[in-house]
Amino acid sequence: MSTKQPFRTADGGLIDRTQPQSFRFDGTRYEGFAGDTLASALLANGVRLVGRSFKYHRPRGILSAGPEEPNALVELRAGARREPNTRATVTELYHGLEARSQNRWPSLAFDVLSINSLLGPALTAGFYYKTFMWPASFWEKLYEPLIRRAAGLGRAAGHEDPDHYEKAFAFCDVLVIGGGPAGLAAALAAGRTGARVILCDEDFRLGGKLLAEKREIDARASSEWIADTLAELAGMPDVRIMARSTVYGVYDHGIYGVIERVNDHLPIPPAHQPRQRSWRINAKRAVLAAGAIERPIVFAGNDTPGVMLAGAVRAYVNRHGVLPGREAVIFTSGDDGWATARDLAAAGARIAAIVDPRPQIDAGLTALASRIGARVLTGGVVSAASGGRALRQVTIRDASGREQTIACDLLAVSNGWNPTLHLTSHQNTRPVWDEAIHAFVPGQMPAGLSVAGSAAGRFSLAQALEDGARLGSQAAADCGFAPTVDAQPPKTDPEGVALAPVWRVKDGKGRSFRGKAFVDFQNDVTDKDVELAAREGFKPVEHLKRYTTLGMATDQGKTSNIAGLAIMAEQTGKTIPETGTTIFRPPYTPVAIGALAGHHRGQDFRPIRLTPTHQWSKDQGAVFVEAGLWLRAQYYPRPGENDWLVTVNREVLAVRNGVGLCDVSTLGKIDIQGADAAGFLERVYINGWKALPVGKARYGLMLREDGFVMDDGTTSRLAETHFVMTTTTANAAKVMQHLEFCHQVLWPDLDVRMVSVSEQWAQAAIAGPKAREVLRGVVDAQHDISNEAFPYLAAREITVGGGIPARLFRISFSGELAYELAVPADHGDAMMRALMAAGEPHGITPYGTEALGVMRIEKGHVAGNELNGQTTARDLGLGKMMSSKKDFIGRLMAGRDALVETGRPSFVGFKPVDPNQRLRAGAHFIGVGKPAVMEHDEGYMTSVAYSPNLKHWMGLGLLRNGASRIGERIRAVDPVRNGDIEVEICNPVFVDPEGARLHV
Amino acid sequence: MRITCPHCGARDVQEFTYLGDASPSRPDGLEATEAAMFDYVYQRENPAGRHRELWYHGAGCHAWLTVTRDTRTHAIEAVEPTKRPKAGTAA
Repeated sequence: MSTKQPFRTADGGLIDRTQPQSFRFDGTRYEGFAGDTLASALLANGVRLVGRSFKYHRPRGILSAGPEEPNALVELRAGARREPNTRATVTELYHGLEARSQNRWPSLAFDVLSINSLLGPALTAGFYYKTFMWPASFWEKLYEPLIRRAAGLGRAAGHEDPDHYEKAFAFCDVLVIGGGPAGLAAALAAGRTGARVILCDEDFRLGGKLLAEKREIDARASSEWIADTLAELAGMPDVRIMARSTVYGVYDHGIYGVIERVNDHLPIPPAHQPRQRSWRINAKRAVLAAGAIERPIVFAGNDTPGVMLAGAVRAYVNRHGVLPGREAVIFTSGDDGWATARDLAAAGARIAAIVDPRPQIDAGLTALASRIGARVLTGGVVSAASGGRALRQVTIRDASGREQTIACDLLAVSNGWNPTLHLTSHQNTRPVWDEAIHAFVPGQMPAGLSVAGSAAGRFSLAQALEDGARLGSQAAADCGFAPTVDAQPPKTDPEGVALAPVWRVKDGKGRSFRGKAFVDFQNDVTDKDVELAAREGFKPVEHLKRYTTLGMATDQGKTSNIAGLAIMAEQTGKTIPETGTTIFRPPYTPVAIGALAGHHRGQDFRPIRLTPTHQWSKDQGAVFVEAGLWLRAQYYPRPGENDWLVTVNREVLAVRNGVGLCDVSTLGKIDIQGADAAGFLERVYINGWKALPVGKARYGLMLREDGFVMDDGTTSRLAETHFVMTTTTANAAKVMQHLEFCHQVLWPDLDVRMVSVSEQWAQAAIAGPKAREVLRGVVDAQHDISNEAFPYLAAREITVGGGIPARLFRISFSGELAYELAVPADHGDAMMRALMAAGEPHGITPYGTEALGVMRIEKGHVAGNELNGQTTARDLGLGKMMSSKKDFIGRLMAGRDALVETGRPSFVGFKPVDPNQRLRAGAHFIGVGKPAVMEHDEGYMTSVAYSPNLKHWMGLGLLRNGASRIGERIRAVDPVRNGDIEVEICNPVFVDPEGARLHV
Repeated sequence: MRITCPHCGARDVQEFTYLGDASPSRPDGLEATEAAMFDYVYQRENPAGRHRELWYHGAGCHAWLTVTRDTRTHAIEAVEPTKRPKAGTAA
């Protein structure tokens, strides 16, 4: 025996003793082997105490050897990679692993807050509700911080996760969940038919429970059967085996959520590799072969480090070559625990006693006991365990009620198994009680899912192999793959599964013990808490859970729910099935948010869309702004311009006095064609379209069916049956969806077709008095663009740059002589460079969305701030556009009394009475001399900008009765920024109200 | 969930947008009353069970689909294009 690892067996186990792995736990260096879990390596080193409990800070050790572990939760790794609440029992050991115990201060061995244990009565079930009743304000300031400090689990890293996570999709015929005997048999049977099979197992080594056992299949060691099966599966091209992969959820229509821990077994993932991968597997059929979870027994001190599940003890002995103790007592209510005695003895431990509450024991088992020299106490129970930080003795009460103590350092507890049926209830179906095996088994199953072996409550190895083969073959057949002629299911060595479970051990007089007996280890819920909940009326299982927190937290009651139900059943005189069970929801085990997010974080949270002119804008030194998914040029600072407003003022003045160039490619563009195209537009816009001549553009406004404004834009008629619609950047997709709804659902008989061409065309606005001269330099000579031939609102297909097809629209957002020129997207960059070259003699200036916004406010055009889903056409001063000669979307609802009420806030302009004062969007309007309270609220400022033409700030807003109050003064109150200034209500068109500049 | 689009085949639900009940029919024309329109816009059954509803395959063929789904189980009974060929014309 190695002195370095004093509890390591001399040989055996599925570990690689040639590969030592050094690791640290709470700063102390230890050594384990490849193939260890953190838990097995700690046990090999004799480390029993691994954490403090949630509420009482009780010393806790390792209970299990699997995903159900409630106690051995550690902080894994350090710094930004620190992961709280990591189960040591499923953490694969790696060289350099670093872990720390949780919820202890100042140290694990000496924890000041273990005094909570003595305060027990104050911390019982419902203590939150009872102890911290009043005053309410104490919650935030006192109670909650106090509770959070005293009770808790691990700490999150507090830094950004430096690792990557991926999302992936897979499709298969048959998904097999679990790589134990049933799962391997299922994968083999399905794979042999030629079906596409994926086998997922959460462990890093396939074999499931067989890894923990010494069993024979067809008279050979089961390890050989596993090796043969894996070899055959590896030879099948359509079978994929995914180890370290947990199926955590079952979703509708055969979708399974899977977390693959790609690199959790390494300190740092290799370059360009993810730590974890989140799979969405689409499976036509699935076989659940998730095995079973062993159940503890409730007795005083049952949480003492050294009290373990008997099956877990076998796993440590047989798989990891570790003796969890040298002097063991077995407390088992069924045959299964006896196998632990056998394997422990074979590995060199002394079995002090086997305590089995059943009065009659199979003769083969008693013979085994005498062979290994173990005392047998039939009809007895373990009534208490003690030792504080490590088990020192157990108290045994025999059939006659006499108690005695036995010294030991390990108590292996076996109380039967619960099928791991969590996934079967993810579609809201309840498990059902099977009296024969004293456990819940799957009830109605999600469509396409079948369940095999222990997960179905068929616990023997023979049943697992038989179920797997049958259901794997059936699943493949359901997908259309003919079953292969199968050999007989393999023969297994005999095993006993008889069981008479004991849920809890009371004291000799039938009362619960004075010492704490835990039902739920992770939440520190005791048998007394369940009794208290029953006394106080919290009897239904859902109330029990919430009142006591039984079954909550990271393990979701995997080892505790059943005992809680059993005690409640006993309290209420009902059976366990009458008491009920809680339904399991995804995820089966905790899933890191990072894995669900994948690459969608930070800048990559959403995709980024770049316009065809992006590189050109970049070359011009643009500062970009996010507009939906788009990056748009916001402004183009020049050297020496240190304030964005300086730049924006320059850009605005350049347009108003010369010419500017702006990318408007992000506008939504929808090509609409067909004999009924004009009629279709009549129905979706509030204004008329049939009379629009070919070669002309028109401003259009569309409503939602509830009467509020949806979107606006210009639509041009390129031919009798051909229109091109523009939408706002923000609503491009929404309008497309709306138009398709109108066509396909409302008026399918209209002869019209539409397609989004937003990305097919690059579009630029050329605006300013010199726009025509600039344009002349790029438009091919045969096209007359003089004011007479191409007047305001002309819209035609032309060519530019020597034959490149283009569309030219004489429309203006700035209020200047302006055009929008569209070319196929591939030519967008060339178009901008050509326009810049042609404009150079005229001082052409690129401008961004800020200058665009300033000029639209100067012109009183509505935009996103006003088209906010709460405004009507009338509110925006566009009520006259609504045609009374036709039906259109939103017509009737827009006429509702409340929407035509004259007092509604309507669209007007504002300027500061003191021209030096700055306006703020979001400020609310309050009458002069009135208190700034809600009842005096008369509307709010929607948009503001500084006008370099007017040399003062200007605003647009929605004001009660606004249109009839031009010239009045009112206050713009902005409590958030301490603003309260007087403003004058004015016409929203600040510059060129007659629109003369449009027509030059 | 997966929806079997009649044009694109079985696709993930992320490609679709849900609208709601497919049964209301828009009271078209200048003769329609405000009351009828109000019902069309706002009044919906919310059945536990079989439901005919509109889905939009925005990340696929852009078809508006009528999906018959059991709201309790998400079992999908039928998926049809909402736009039907005109009577008397070939599909």
